[in-house]
Amino acid sequence: MIMTMVQAINQALAQEMERDDRIIVLGQDVGRDGGVFRTTEGLFDRFGPERVMDTPLSESAIVGASIGMTALGLRPVPEVQFMGFIYPAFNQIVSHVARLRNRTRGRFTVPLTIRTPYGAGVKALEHHSESTEALFCQIPGLTVVVPSSPYDAKGLLIASLRSDDPVIFLEPTKLYRAEKQEVPEEPYEVPLRRAAVVREGKDLTIIAWGAMIPVARQAAAAAQAEGIGAEIVDLRTLSPMDRETFVASVRKTGRALVVHEAPKTCGLGAEIAATIGESALLSLDAPVLRVTGQDITVPLPKSEDLYYPGPERILRAIRRLMEY
Amino acid sequence: MIELFDPLKGERLRVLDETGEAAPGLDPGLPDAELRAIYERMLRTRTADAKALKLQRQGRLGTYPPSRGHEACQVGLASAMGRDDWFFPYFRDLGMYITLGYPLADYYHLWMGNEAGLRTPDGLNIYPIAIPVGSQIPQAVGAGLAAKYRKLRIAVVTTFGDGATSEGDFHEGLNFAGVFRTPNVFVCLNNQFAISVPRARQTAAATIAQKAVAYGFPGVQVDGNDVLAVYAAAREALANARSGQGPTLIEAYTYRMGDHTTSDDAARYRSKEEVQEWERRDPILRFRLYLGKKGLWDEAYEKTVQESAAEFVEKAVAEAEARPAATPEDLFTYTYAAMPPELEAQLAELKAFLGEGRR
Ligand SMILES: Cc1ncc(C[n+]2csc(CCOP(=O)(O)OP(=O)(O)O)c2C)c(N)n1
Ligand SMILES: [Mg+2]
Repeated sequence: MIMTMVQAINQALAQEMERDDRIIVLGQDVGRDGGVFRTTEGLFDRFGPERVMDTPLSESAIVGASIGMTALGLRPVPEVQFMGFIYPAFNQIVSHVARLRNRTRGRFTVPLTIRTPYGAGVKALEHHSESTEALFCQIPGLTVVVPSSPYDAKGLLIASLRSDDPVIFLEPTKLYRAEKQEVPEEPYEVPLRRAAVVREGKDLTIIAWGAMIPVARQAAAAAQAEGIGAEIVDLRTLSPMDRETFVASVRKTGRALVVHEAPKTCGLGAEIAATIGESALLSLDAPVLRVTGQDITVPLPKSEDLYYPGPERILRAIRRLMEY
Repeated sequence: MIELFDPLKGERLRVLDETGEAAPGLDPGLPDAELRAIYERMLRTRTADAKALKLQRQGRLGTYPPSRGHEACQVGLASAMGRDDWFFPYFRDLGMYITLGYPLADYYHLWMGNEAGLRTPDGLNIYPIAIPVGSQIPQAVGAGLAAKYRKLRIAVVTTFGDGATSEGDFHEGLNFAGVFRTPNVFVCLNNQFAISVPRARQTAAATIAQKAVAYGFPGVQVDGNDVLAVYAAAREALANARSGQGPTLIEAYTYRMGDHTTSDDAARYRSKEEVQEWERRDPILRFRLYLGKKGLWDEAYEKTVQESAAEFVEKAVAEAEARPAATPEDLFTYTYAAMPPELEAQLAELKAFLGEGRR
């Protein structure tokens, strides 16, 4: 069926809940309202209030209680309404979710998937546009996943729900309804920890994820018109990172550009550039460049475009790379 | 008066009944001019709120959380505050802003998507809107602690919704306030919903006001559609705060008449009948009936007030829309006291990029 990312996520949740009665969805407005973005629409009617729980407005308890559920074998899927409101739960995530396996030498694991919308580009209110994925990628034990298409959203979410590790599943709000795509009816997994080459090219490698993939594609198409072939690697799982795929691509192309909407400083671009430096230095014809959000508080809607990397900024960096 | 209404016994302070009749002995006895000023602020609030919704539909303003139904809570509370008191708001507080004298143009400018609208004009003690639910509550307690330390006879007010009472920040903040006996007035606008989640999903307690008991200070539930009840409770709580008698929790029992925000559709989770039921308890209507009984309201007066409200609002819209959008400098300058070199470089690059006429 042709569907949006919202529908793909909804279908993944419904199918996995059907298959596995250990899965419980909980969060603010996920029940009767079907979620503020409608990703949980219909689940309340289908699976009932015990499995689709409208909770109090308490992020720390939503995640903390989810941890406790896993102790008795459940597989909760807590939803945090926006990534900007995950911080009350940060203590639970960093101090417990990420570490329980290690702290108990594997006796207790935390197979939960924390879903949350994130990222800029939809002219939302303050705190609704940040991309702070790097905060989570620095925490050992967490798996951080970002889909960039309806197809990947369904498959990555199913893989996350089946994973025995805790997953932070970041859903780019900009992509929720941006694009429709053919998505298979039956459940399938898109493997975690595996990047994908989503566009082939011989001259340079763009490494990106989530909402930056369509933007990178636009830039790549514009570069093509100038005779430059850009390969695009969609990281998909940000941590643990699939380094091999982009290193192999850079070895082929000799040039690398990282694109992310998070601020530049201490963003994942730094990790990726360092990896390329360590593993592909001698293949490089140019320094690794980054096109990112600015190192400032994400502006309110009127000025959002000054922050957000657009195709023109990426194209400019591509030209610079090719000048070497 | 607050202690006469025990939330644990289900008692609620109400001055005006739905016909606008004042309960004997409870009317705060405001002078006529102040009563009319309160009415005018309520009408301005409603007019400005409706205008914001209209602007949003026309694409001239961003996502917006309407205040309709909260005029008595907001105007009653702010009218009782003094100029030296401090206010830590949440995001649905239009009537507070209008009453406390925050320029409406600034308020619109903010919701139009410009950070400049968040800059409180000098001389007003208003912290910026807190969007992370409940996060302003401990901050208000800190301001209360500072006021004590500085020996200021002021009160620190913070507002929040029923949903906010489920956040850790609410409990930690109120607990602090109880322990340090801070000069705080906590005002919960219990409008029965946190987006789609009904009040019963926030707490199994019969009232929000009774939570104060556990923190060791008084709590009172008031009829939030009765501006005189809100005013009376606020005046007493503020006086207690200023005179060193510690904090109070006021629960204003009301209803969110509109959608949660312009992105929400409340029809998905509540019935028309319920909304109509609350329409009958409209806070402005009730106060108008009261003023009428006192001979302070007639059609001619209503017309003047409506016209003046419309003019006030139109002027603010024009002013807000005439303001320039933020420049790249505006967005970078306030990140640190002094701009670090990396940020200077990013700013220069952005400007060069914009200079090429592209994004
Ligand atoms: C910490 C946090 N979690 C979630 C949200 C998203 N959100 C915005 S308003 C809201 C409901 C607030 O309800 P309530 O406190 O009752 O205030 P009301 O909107 O009813 O005035 C939610 C869940 C948020 N802003 N902050
Ligand atoms: Mg509420």
